[in-house]
Amino acid sequence: MENQEVAQKIQEVAKKLLSEGKVSCVIGFEKGTVPMRERPFFAYTPEEAERLTWTSFCCNNLANFLVRRDLGEAGKVAVVAQGCVSRNIVGLIKENQISREQVFVIGVPSPGMLDRRKVQAEVGAEKVITEVSEDGEDLIVKGKGFEERVPRKKVMRDNCYTCVQRNPVIVDELIGAETEPTHGGNIDKVSAPWEKLQADDRWAEFAENYQTCIRCYACRDACPLCYCHVCFVDEAQPQWCGKTQDESDVLTYHVLRAFHCAGRCTDCGACESACPMGIKVRRLTSKIEKDIREMYGYQAGMDLESKPPMSVYRPDDPQEFIK
Amino acid sequence: MADKILAKDKLAEFIAALQKDKDVFAPKLDNDRLVWAPLEKADDIVWEFSNTEMSPKDFFFPQTECMMHFKNDPKAEDGMIMQAEPELAKERALLNIRPCDAKAFGVLDMIFCQDEMTNDVYWRDKREKTLLIGLACNDPCPTCFCTTVGCGPHNEAGLDVLLVDLGDKLLARPISDKGAKALSALPEAAADDAAKAAELKKAAEDSITQGVGTDKISGAEVLDLFNLPMWDRVHESCLNCGTCTFCCPTCHCFDIQDEVQGEAGRRVRNWDYCMSWLFTVHGTGHNPRHGKKERVRQRFMHKFKYIPLKRGGEIGCVGCGRCVQLCPVNIDVREVVNSMNA
Repeated sequence: MENQEVAQKIQEVAKKLLSEGKVSCVIGFEKGTVPMRERPFFAYTPEEAERLTWTSFCCNNLANFLVRRDLGEAGKVAVVAQGCVSRNIVGLIKENQISREQVFVIGVPSPGMLDRRKVQAEVGAEKVITEVSEDGEDLIVKGKGFEERVPRKKVMRDNCYTCVQRNPVIVDELIGAETEPTHGGNIDKVSAPWEKLQADDRWAEFAENYQTCIRCYACRDACPLCYCHVCFVDEAQPQWCGKTQDESDVLTYHVLRAFHCAGRCTDCGACESACPMGIKVRRLTSKIEKDIREMYGYQAGMDLESKPPMSVYRPDDPQEFIK
Repeated sequence: MADKILAKDKLAEFIAALQKDKDVFAPKLDNDRLVWAPLEKADDIVWEFSNTEMSPKDFFFPQTECMMHFKNDPKAEDGMIMQAEPELAKERALLNIRPCDAKAFGVLDMIFCQDEMTNDVYWRDKREKTLLIGLACNDPCPTCFCTTVGCGPHNEAGLDVLLVDLGDKLLARPISDKGAKALSALPEAAADDAAKAAELKKAAEDSITQGVGTDKISGAEVLDLFNLPMWDRVHESCLNCGTCTFCCPTCHCFDIQDEVQGEAGRRVRNWDYCMSWLFTVHGTGHNPRHGKKERVRQRFMHKFKYIPLKRGGEIGCVGCGRCVQLCPVNIDVREVVNSMNA
């Protein structure tokens, strides 16, 4: 189903849910004010639901808003969720942050979201893009004095290219039909480019990757796993982590955050899309995702039943290191 | 002071003259990102660009800045005594800074250097030792709205020199005495050149069609703006990250930390941001800006109401549009301010 048609259906479902009073709010996307940046939108009325959209630039993880907005008395809310987002909703249910009854999942098979930085690089870094539209498997990118067709495949987000679960894992209403589960990228081949390196080289890559970090914490704040009331970097009594731009402070933040995501990260890519500096934030988390898969045979958020590996202990655990 | 002409094929000489006693910096493309970097030679100058991703405020207000240092040893004679940091050793020139960014430094001057008691030595030292050679925008971005916040694509405030790109040459307009000195060796511009620059200015200004209205905000009572129902919606999608404040040329809040490691101790200030929960939390645990709404409201009220109120009408925003481009959830300052002004 084309994105435009999906958007239409999302609106229909949202209007119905809101007019029948089944949910108090539908969390989806609306068109942003700049190209390639749709934005989270909260529709409370059927009229507002007409602003909901769906394109290949819906790059925030909406599960984030289930824990970040003050749900309070809001009752049940609906969330537009593709594969990864639904997996994060499952994760939040398993971690007792929300209950299944609180959320109505409007499931959408993911078209694979696109990376605006790749699109920009494709047409030239100095060009100002004023309009981007979708035409099947192509993007039409327009700006002052140019118009280019860019194949979607070429500019897909790294995590979407290696996605293993495009279809939502829990659904209350599915938009369109289920699709191929993957986008063809081999996650194991590309997810952990540093693991083959020697320690020194790996450290060098690691330090370089995060060199431009400005510690705005957009990666943390865009992440549905990072719902701690007080993040370790914000602990002040006592303070755990330095606040400066020194390498040790910056890298401490990234390493610790990545470890906190172990066994929970769905590789949704929201961190990378949020980063204002274009940092490959997933370099650490996708390696950990791979480790968890290989060591524990576990992928986060795939079902409501299985136990998260980092939260359970078994006396007969086969791994030597845990005894 | 008369306009001068700087031919692009004479740039090497001009830069070499600057480099005699200054470190020269200019925007440069680095892995598809436009950043400020030391300029080695004239050929490296980028002429076609919108603006650097981050504002150049860190030349004067680095994200992490050591304010003073001390020896962490109570027994030593010179122990536990704060020592001043060295001042900037060499003068600097920022070449091709955009007028909006230069204007922002003027706004920040009013805040960092208000009077004798509020006179930030760190900011002032670097400001005094830096020459700002601006490059007028002939082709503003769709996210630019400088003309609606008291600035403009050819705005001169805060600059020492304004360059206007006329193709194979630049019109070089001295704004300050420091700027005039830097241009003293250049020939005067012909009337045609000045006319061409004026045309470019008009065209650039006219190309900015989307902006903000602030007339009603300036007349409104603080509390009326503070209590507008719009704030209940604006914050909904906000992640409370620091992107907007960190990329902003006028955001200037910082947090001071004392750090000790072994014998070394230092007092260091780091950028801080009002979107953060930690920014306002009290030692008691009470937080006067306890929710997202309060924090998001603060940023816009500060720029568009509190600063104008305290600084003679000057708006705390120069319309560079960086936050519009970089906000991970596309909270667009233009929409927010227009709702405040409605």
